[in-house]
Parts: sequence; structure tokens; C-alpha cells
Amino acid sequence: MALLTINENGLYCKQGDFYIDPWRPVKVALITHGHSDHMRWGMKHYICHQHTVPILRLRLGIEQSVQGVEYGEPFEINGVSVSFHPAGHIIGSSQIRLSYRGEVWVFTGDYKMEPDGVSAPFESLLCDHFISECTFGLPVYRFPRATVLYQAINDWWKSNAQQGYNTVLYGYSLGKAQNILAHLDKSIGDIYLHGAVANVNEALEEVGFHFPGVRMTTDMDRQSMEGAVIVAPPSANNTPWVKKLKPYREGMCSGWMQLRGSRRRRSVDKGFALSDHCDWNQLNIAVEQSGASHVYLTHGYEVNFARWLAERYQVEAAVLKTLYNDEMEEEG
Amino acid sequence: MNFATLFERLDSTTKTSEKVTAITDYLHAADETEKLLTVAVLMGYKPKRPVKTTELRVWAAEITEIPLWLLEESYYVVGDLAETLALLLTADHASDVFKLRAILQDIMMMQTYSPAQQRRAIEAYWKKFGGTSLFLFNKLLTGNFRVGVSRKLVVRALSEYLAMEEAVVEHRVMGKWDPFEESFNTLFHQQLLEEKHFLPYPFFLAYPVDPVFFDGAAIEDWIVEPKLDGIRGQIIVRQGELFVWSRGEDLMTEKFVEFDELKTILPDGTVLDGEIIPWKNGRPLDFQLMQTRIGRKKISRRHLEDVPLVMVCYDILEWKSIDQRDRPLLERRELLEQVLQTYPVENRLKLSEIKTFDSWEAADLFRVEARQQQAEGLMLKRKDSPYEVGRKRGNWWKWKTDPMTVDGVLIYAQSGHGRRANLFTDYTFAVWDGGALVPFAKAYSGLTDKELLQIDQWIKRNTVEKFGPVRSVRPELVFELAFEGISLSSRHKSGIALRFPRILRWREDKPAAEANTKQDLLDLINARHESNS
Ligand SMILES: [Zn+2]
Ligand SMILES: [Zn+2]
Repeated sequence: MALLTINENGLYCKQGDFYIDPWRPVKVALITHGHSDHMRWGMKHYICHQHTVPILRLRLGIEQSVQGVEYGEPFEINGVSVSFHPAGHIIGSSQIRLSYRGEVWVFTGDYKMEPDGVSAPFESLLCDHFISECTFGLPVYRFPRATVLYQAINDWWKSNAQQGYNTVLYGYSLGKAQNILAHLDKSIGDIYLHGAVANVNEALEEVGFHFPGVRMTTDMDRQSMEGAVIVAPPSANNTPWVKKLKPYREGMCSGWMQLRGSRRRRSVDKGFALSDHCDWNQLNIAVEQSGASHVYLTHGYEVNFARWLAERYQVEAAVLKTLYNDEMEEEG
Repeated sequence: MNFATLFERLDSTTKTSEKVTAITDYLHAADETEKLLTVAVLMGYKPKRPVKTTELRVWAAEITEIPLWLLEESYYVVGDLAETLALLLTADHASDVFKLRAILQDIMMMQTYSPAQQRRAIEAYWKKFGGTSLFLFNKLLTGNFRVGVSRKLVVRALSEYLAMEEAVVEHRVMGKWDPFEESFNTLFHQQLLEEKHFLPYPFFLAYPVDPVFFDGAAIEDWIVEPKLDGIRGQIIVRQGELFVWSRGEDLMTEKFVEFDELKTILPDGTVLDGEIIPWKNGRPLDFQLMQTRIGRKKISRRHLEDVPLVMVCYDILEWKSIDQRDRPLLERRELLEQVLQTYPVENRLKLSEIKTFDSWEAADLFRVEARQQQAEGLMLKRKDSPYEVGRKRGNWWKWKTDPMTVDGVLIYAQSGHGRRANLFTDYTFAVWDGGALVPFAKAYSGLTDKELLQIDQWIKRNTVEKFGPVRSVRPELVFELAFEGISLSSRHKSGIALRFPRILRWREDKPAAEANTKQDLLDLINARHESNS
């Protein structure tokens, strides 16, 4: 009998009677990471990596019942052995490994193999059944190296600053924003933070992460900002908030920026295909390295990617219908 | 600076002034042999496509070792073949320098190659280019290149670079010229201007009238004409030849064969400005009929008989080889009337009718009903106005009728292309017919980016069924659509065709049950027909 199946509440382990990243209220929820499509409100008890705990408290409230765990330390739930392993997606993000009667299942949550220099790097796990996201599961999504993109971001900031423009960088407030902040060249100018980013940074301080940048407040003198960089969530694009930062240029940091169309749709000046998800090459490597005979695919181009895997690697590849959705990560 | 770097600069700003600067920077820095080709490409010049795009897909799939179906799926998501191929083919190494002249020449040469030679030549380019250069090469190869700069913007940059008036630049770059035959020197050299006898004058275009206009303007200072629903054009007779140019600056002489005889009737050095419309039995026909005729590759005798065209003339720009554009409109108009009376042109050229009204209020009464006269409103032109260049405020205004509108229910959505790939932006709308919803129009423009994102999310959550790229959605959202014309059509499922349908606004206040009905649309058609007969 399968260790993980989908029911109306989410990804369910019958043998252990718990859920992973459920979308409806349940008793026990194992949480891969703090993005809102994976970590939802209303669970009786949450289990997540200890670095996700402050995020959960920030986003869902301090009264929640949460248990923080370490990477690579197995524990049992109703006879099922459970362990969390780095997924390299954002701080605290985990793959969840289940083992029961000699069969091993791995749910990746969101992940990437390219190290971002902030979150614990992805660890490849051997398993029989591999449940992988495939947000960017098409061969047109092959991202440039992160180091190249960070360099490009700094170069662009520098040239904007030289022309007297502020630089607004959009990225998810949890994950992308911290990666950007950790790689900005502070010698170029001042760094400011949108409130949503500053909130996440403050929460992460509790577990020992420190990021540069000053929180923007309403009474702040915006005239004095010149050649500064401001890190903000994508939802700030096209709002009165950002208009006050004039003169500025806007750059969007997201894997979706790989496509010209997505870039132009956002009507930003520049797009950087900086992603916290696997690109096509990484997805292929991850599936191969898992050694799994059965692969299940969630959010992304799952139908295409499943067909590709079945044809190319002769594995059993199936689509799992979930409600995970990268476009929703910033909501709520 | 080369073409690829210029393109990246143009592509990374949405501001017109920065685009102009990018082009002038390029013109100052670029290689002399490349410059004019760049200008031509920015203005839409493209070599004939040497290979079928299906072949490109097959070759790219083989090189990248991905199955063709996956390439097609990727293309569907990206929405642009050149970009898809570039993303699939880009390797890790740096790109070669982008030389536009060599590339265009090679692409033109490829037309003479065998398929195997073509493949070898194209693969060589695919190997040496990556990123933007590869994308641009593919764009030139597939021949559907749009850079996102308007012609006007290029003209402005040229005018800055050459220190030449925009109008002069506009005149020199009009029409079709071969960038391999011309150079900056020949194209922009003063003395060569006269030889371009086939060129039209830049059209003088009107802005929509400002409401404040009516406060100060005395109606007796203005010529008021019905704004006809046709194709704006110039008819040129020079050196025994005839040319018909449309406002889109296309030479359309061959599409409008009925004007050909004018070259033997009118004297050399005549240029007329007017509206080309279909006309039969003493009255205009539906605009759509002309569009269909123009769309045909070959025009048969039957088309000529069924949909004859005339030009309704309202201006004369050149007479006996003398530029008339600086003379006051009233004088040009008198000259035009004389010409049309003197020469036997009456079955090809009509004189635009002047409407006389006592007041703007009286004119407005005509305007709101203008559609019944096959007009889309009124043109207001100052009697003493010269014929200016381009779109200018002040002397000419257009005063259009309000568009017709209908409330439709969103029933299908499809993701857009290019800029809007990944986002559901192409909608199909339905009206009620009894208890059923019948699709009657497709529209995509008119919403703000924010609304698009909102509706995109809604569509993802309210999908009923997927048919390939199309999703059917719960029939709940109502949109107000505007359109310029409506007619019966056997080619549409609903039996109704709309002209220029576009989304006016999202009627969040309206439940689907209150959308319009098919009968409402039929009533609109009937109302128009009654007024015509
Ligand atoms: Zn995530
Ligand atoms: Zn996710």
C-alpha cells in the first residue's frame, strides 16, 4: 500500500496518520517550508524544520502548536520513520523522507540544487518513490548560474546609481529577498527594505540569520535616497508605495523572468531569472540521483515532465494533483 | 555597439526617451556598414523567410535531443518560436559578435540553398550564438521581428542624429527602400529627394477632440466632414505612373486596381488625400467587404464587380508638381473641387461632403447618429489650416461616435502570446440565447495588468474543462465590450461578426444572468440596416 496518497485535505500518510503540506485543517501537519501554498492555517499541530518555526509564528500566529526538528534526525510517527533533509529552496526548507517496512518515499517540497549561499544546500536522497515539484519542468527553463545573476544585479544597481536612479528589486519576501540581500555589494549604496521583507528578516534573526538593510517607514525622507537599492515583494509593483521612490528602475528576480513575455507583462525594466526552484537540468539530475522507480510530479508542467521522464528514463511517472502553486507563494 | 547590444538596451526600458537615446548612441558608435540595416530592421524590414518553421523545429529538436512534442509544448508556453529555439539551443559558451549585414545576407542566400545546405548554415549560427544574439538571429530567420519601438521613435532618433527635421526624415524613410541599395548618404542626401517620385507625403493625422475645444471654437471657422469608415490613402500620379499608399505607409497600388486609369487622366504631379471605401449603386458598402477583398492574393473580376472601390477625396497635397500643403485648407479644397470637375474621374474619385451646422450642438446630433450614414463620426478641420506632418493637435480633430457596447459572459480563456504567455488573457465571450450561452466575440485588450492578473487567478480556480490550450470556465464574469461595427456572418458560430471588439471594463457589479442576449445583437444589426435602406 502506498505511503503517501492525495485526498481532499492534502498529501496523506495513512500508516502514520499525518499529512504533509495539507491544504485543509488536519490534526498533524508536516510542513516542508514557509511559503503560503505549503504552510496553511488551521492545523492542530505543525512539525517543521526549526528554522521554519519563526516564519510559521510570523505568518500564522504565535499561539500555534509547533514542533521544530533538525535536518537528518529521524523520528517515528505511528511506526513510520520520518526525517527532514535540506531542500535548498529557502531557509528551513526541507525534503521529507518517510520509511516504512523497507520502503522509502521522499517528498521534495520546493527545492533547488544550485546553492544560494543562504539556505542549507540540497541533499540528494535515495528512495523508491520520489515526489518532486516541477515548477520549471520545461527545457526552455535553464537558468544562468546564480553567481552570474548576482553579478548582473550588482552591475545594474551600480549603473543605475551612477545615473542617479534608485533600484527596486522585486523578489518573494521569504527566500528570494534574503538571497538577494546576502549578495548585494554594500559598497555601491544604501540598502532599504519593504516592510514585508523586514518582517521576515526580523523573524529569521531569532534563529541566527542576519541580513543587511533598513526598514522603510512612512515618515522616512525619501528625497534623501539616491542610488539606493530597495528590496520589495512583487506585490509592491505598480503601487503608490513604489511610486514614491522616484526616480527608480525596477528589476524582477524570478525564474519566470526567463521568458521575455513574463518580463514585459510585469512592465519592469529588467528581469533576472534568479530562481529558488530547480530548472530543467536540475530536475533531471534530481530524478536520476534519487534512483526512484516511481516518480510523482506536483506543481508545474507536471503532465509534460511526467511524459518526458517516462519516455527518457523508463520510470513510472505520474501526476499528483495538488494545490501547490508557485504563483501563490507570496499570497497571505 | 552592435545590433544585439542595442536590442538589449531597447528591451530593458519602457521609457521612450531612453529608447531614443539608445538608438542615437548606437548610430554614433556603430559601424557605418551596419547602421542603415539596423534602421531598416527597426522599421520592419525583413528578409524573405528561407525555410519553413516546421523544419527549424525538427532540426532544433534533433540537436537538443528533446522530442518534438516537448518542443511544441515549450513553444506553446513561450509563445514565440524564435525565443523558444534560442532558449533550447543556448549553450554555455559566450556568443560571437552579432553582424547584422552578414546575417541578413546569409539569410537571403539561404533561399538558393538545398535543405541540407540550409540546415548546415543555420546550425552553424545556432552553435556560435547564444542568448540575445541567438534569439535575434532566429527572429530575423523566421521573419516576424517586432522590436517594440515605433517607427516614429526611430524617426525621432534619426532626426536627432542627423540634425534634420523629423518631417524630412519621415519623408525620406517612407515606403519601401532596399537597405542594401541605399546608404545613409543616399537616403538622406538633399539632392536625391526629387527622385523619390513614388513617395507619398507624411499623412496629417488628427487627435480625438478635446472637450474644451468646443468652448473656444467658432463653428464657422471649421470645415466639418463625415469621418468615413475606410482606408486612409494617398493617390499619387507622377512621371506617368500611379501609386496608392495607405496610411500604414504600405504601397497598395496592386490591391486597388481601379485607380490605375487615373494615370492617364490626371496630370503628372498630382497627389490626393482621402478615404478609400467600397461603393456601389450610389452608396457605400460595408467596410468588411473591402477588407475581405484586400485579403485576397488574387482579385478576380467578380470581386471587382461586387466590391468596387472609390476614393472620397478631401485634400490635394500636390498639383502640377507643386507642393500645396502650406496653402490654407479652404484654398486646397477649392482646387480639389476644380480638379475633380475638370477631369473625368467621377466614377473613381468622389468629393468629400461638407456638412454645415449652425452650432456644435447640431453637429453633435449628427455625430451620435453618424453610423447610420456609414460614418464613424465627424472630422473637424480649420479652414485656414496647412497640411501638417504626423499627428498634431490644434488644426484637425476627429470627433468619433461612441462605440457600440454589449455585456458578454466570459466562457473560454486561453493564454496569450509573447508578452502575455503564461497568463490567461485571450477571452471568448457569450450572450444568452434562450437558456444557453452562445460565443459571439473574442477580445483581449482593454484591461489593466492588475485586472489581468486577478482574472488569471480566477480562471485557474474556476476552470471547468481543458481543451488543449483553451479552458472553459464557470460562466460568472461579465465584461462590457465595445465594438465599431456589427454584421451577420456565416463564418461565426453565433452568426454575428463584430468589428474591433475590445474589453471596455469588467462589470463586477453584474451577475451573468443580466448579460445581453443574442436578440439584442440582432436588433442592433437590424437597426443599422433599416437606416441604410
Ligand atoms: Zn516555495
Ligand atoms: Zn511550492
